Amino acid sequence: MTEEPQTYSAAGEVGQVRMRRSYGERVWIALKKAPISAWFGMIVIAFYAFVAIFGPFLAPYGEAEVFAKADEPWTVFGGDPAHFFGTDQIGRDVLTRLIYGARNTIGIALVTTLLSFLIGGSLGLVAAINRSWLDQILSRGVDVLMSIPSLIFALMLLSIFGSSIPSLVMIIAILDSTRVFRLTRSVAANVVVMDYVEAARLRGEGIGWIMRKEILPNIMPPLVAEFGLRFSFVFLTIASLSFLGLGIQPPTADWGSMVRDGSRFIQFVAYDWTLALPSLLPAGAVALLTVAVNFVVDWFLHKTSGLRDDH
Amino acid sequence: MTTDSEKRGAKGEILLEMKDVEIDGFSDERWHDIVKGVDLTLRRGEVMGLIGESGAGKSTLGKAAMGYAQPGCRIKSGSIMFDGIDLMALSEADKRKLWGSRIAYVAQSAAASFNPAHRLIEQTVEATVDHGINNESDAKADAVELYGSLQLPDPESIGTRYPHQVSGGQLQRIMTAMAMSPRPDLIIFDEPTTALDVTTQVEVLVAMRDIVEKFNTAAIYITHDLAVVAQMADFIKVLRYGDEVEEAETRQMLTEPKEDYTKSLWSVRALQKEESPSDDIALSIKNVDAAYGNTVKVLHDVSINIPRGRTVSVVGESGSGKSTTARVITGLLPPMSGSIEFNGEPLPAALKDRSKDQLRRIQMIYQMADTAMNPKQTVAEIIGRPLEFYQNLRGKQRDDRIAQLLEMIELDHSFMDRLPGELSGGQKQRICIARALAADPEVIICDEVTSALDQIVQEGILKLLLRLQKELNITYLFITHDIAVVTAISDEIVVMFQGQVVEQGLKSKILAPPFPDYTQLLLSSVPEMDPDWLDKLVDERS
Repeated sequence: MTEEPQTYSAAGEVGQVRMRRSYGERVWIALKKAPISAWFGMIVIAFYAFVAIFGPFLAPYGEAEVFAKADEPWTVFGGDPAHFFGTDQIGRDVLTRLIYGARNTIGIALVTTLLSFLIGGSLGLVAAINRSWLDQILSRGVDVLMSIPSLIFALMLLSIFGSSIPSLVMIIAILDSTRVFRLTRSVAANVVVMDYVEAARLRGEGIGWIMRKEILPNIMPPLVAEFGLRFSFVFLTIASLSFLGLGIQPPTADWGSMVRDGSRFIQFVAYDWTLALPSLLPAGAVALLTVAVNFVVDWFLHKTSGLRDDH
Repeated sequence: MTTDSEKRGAKGEILLEMKDVEIDGFSDERWHDIVKGVDLTLRRGEVMGLIGESGAGKSTLGKAAMGYAQPGCRIKSGSIMFDGIDLMALSEADKRKLWGSRIAYVAQSAAASFNPAHRLIEQTVEATVDHGINNESDAKADAVELYGSLQLPDPESIGTRYPHQVSGGQLQRIMTAMAMSPRPDLIIFDEPTTALDVTTQVEVLVAMRDIVEKFNTAAIYITHDLAVVAQMADFIKVLRYGDEVEEAETRQMLTEPKEDYTKSLWSVRALQKEESPSDDIALSIKNVDAAYGNTVKVLHDVSINIPRGRTVSVVGESGSGKSTTARVITGLLPPMSGSIEFNGEPLPAALKDRSKDQLRRIQMIYQMADTAMNPKQTVAEIIGRPLEFYQNLRGKQRDDRIAQLLEMIELDHSFMDRLPGELSGGQKQRICIARALAADPEVIICDEVTSALDQIVQEGILKLLLRLQKELNITYLFITHDIAVVTAISDEIVVMFQGQVVEQGLKSKILAPPFPDYTQLLLSSVPEMDPDWLDKLVDERS
């Protein structure tokens, strides 16, 4: 007890200071707490990614290699042991097509989603920062695009520009970027009003810096979650366009067209149920990946929505 | 402590008794203790002040008095007896029956606590009617009466309005009416006036004190402002780091505090700067009119001169145009008319017309350090960016300068790779100061930089700002509504009211009588450490 009132040191100032953790540690803690559905989703996604990346090494035959016997059933139903899932209507190995299909369908969906985020995300950020006539033009333009049913619009554009892979990617990316634009604009609008963005403006920073360094890191969680969902949608859109014959063109293997090719047997299923398998197999592959992605996204959304994680 | 409680005498029977209460909070995958074994005894009709800096556990303890632990917290041990009921043993459903009927809670932010979609009177009587204490029409009639005794304007009809249609001070009083409606035995006030400015605060304090007295309700009043608690409480308990520092009757606590910590709580009020006049004007704004969206005019013919190396404080209640003045100077809000001169040369009105060097010379520090720093950037990035941007420093040069700046704000280089979330409130504000200093500015605009901080941290920040001014000859434009801060830091004062400058001059001149009406109101509204201050003030004004 001296005369002097308590010495004060700024460095020693306490309070509820959060502990310092490296990025890796934080990810590990989050993973440890992940529910079983998220783990299931992650394992499935990892498996798909593995198959897609190493497809040519895993596949027993070439992508469009044709064999003598067409419409061979599965090995377990008495088919040729050389073709585990049998062959399709012109004698291509189904297992091989399935593996290459993963590569093509997922690869194209991924590129398309990335592109739509690049377009929609950057325009959304610009609109959120600018908030004047530019925002009006972009937002109303997006409203117009969104008011047209997207599948029909995509079908129309594809018949105009032809169904090559680049035009497929561009058309779906642009149509999908409208959703990304809206999301980015609305979440960025909440960040733009923060004092640190004002501080950056007062410093004289350009729009590029403000977008990339001040706003983007703070809106990543909803964007990443949206990325997962959008990927599923793009993936389904591509599969359905292929099913309709306007998506990925033969002989490139892809799950949508595999479903279409197998679907001609559907009417005979009443007599022999194994005839449904050629379309159910790729359809199941699509469904499983969609479900897996959504499991992971759900968990991620729950985690980042601030439902009392670190209090 | 027991001697103190006995001395207080029986104002009534014991209503609330908490013994050795320990509360844990969960964060970072661990349990931390927030409250470490505190005793608390409250009798009927008594008001207890709970004070301490943030993180002291005062709110947590206040909520525990209702048997409530907020999500992520748990009451680990101890006993909480409320009027013979053991709250620790009560089920959630039974506790809910007590809450809103026998125990009420008044939160800090009234605006955030009301449902914007319902009329005020419906919300005022909701708990009373739901708990079956009173029927709806009687409860509403009673609410109107409560509005009247809380000095609300037009008590008959104010209840039919929606929350956004009344002012913050009125909302806080309506919330008090809501708490009072079921005639509870205990009310917990959790920083109810912290978000209000001084002139409004006085009205709310008077209303709350009178109504608590009228119905002989026991209350726990949580705040970090000693002067406020001095008006409200019969006795005061000081908390720090979840421990009790001391407890005493209000008068005794104010006149002869026992602990060093308690003394330091009001040392900020002893801080005083020698004013020194100067004619060397660094920045001046002349006849500025400004409006938002060219419709709502907020500044009327404002002229302010800011001498070099001095501090000019701008005081006034919220809505008086203080912050708008800052926005005009920074160029965020180009004025409709009038001019800004910097070092004798005109400064372009709009931000985009100013050169990098002009931007560098005027820096700004914000009220909420939390939102003024990008939560995803480390301290080194935050301070380093102005160095890169204005002075083109890279690599080692940059890092050396960052370390130097950190030293200037009394932190060390170990802070360089921390994120804002890993700093305490005072440290955050220091980093913001360092960011402003990194630009090597001539003028720094400080917008309420200490108002979100506790007294003891406030003092540290003010001392730092004064030292930096002496060392670097920086000019401050200091925007605040806290007169204690004004006396501590300023050379000159500008008083603003409704977008106009009421008075301007040296501190000694402004703070000495005679005062214009508004200055008088503002100065007299600042709570003093005298428990009789509020009574005297009410007498004077009536």
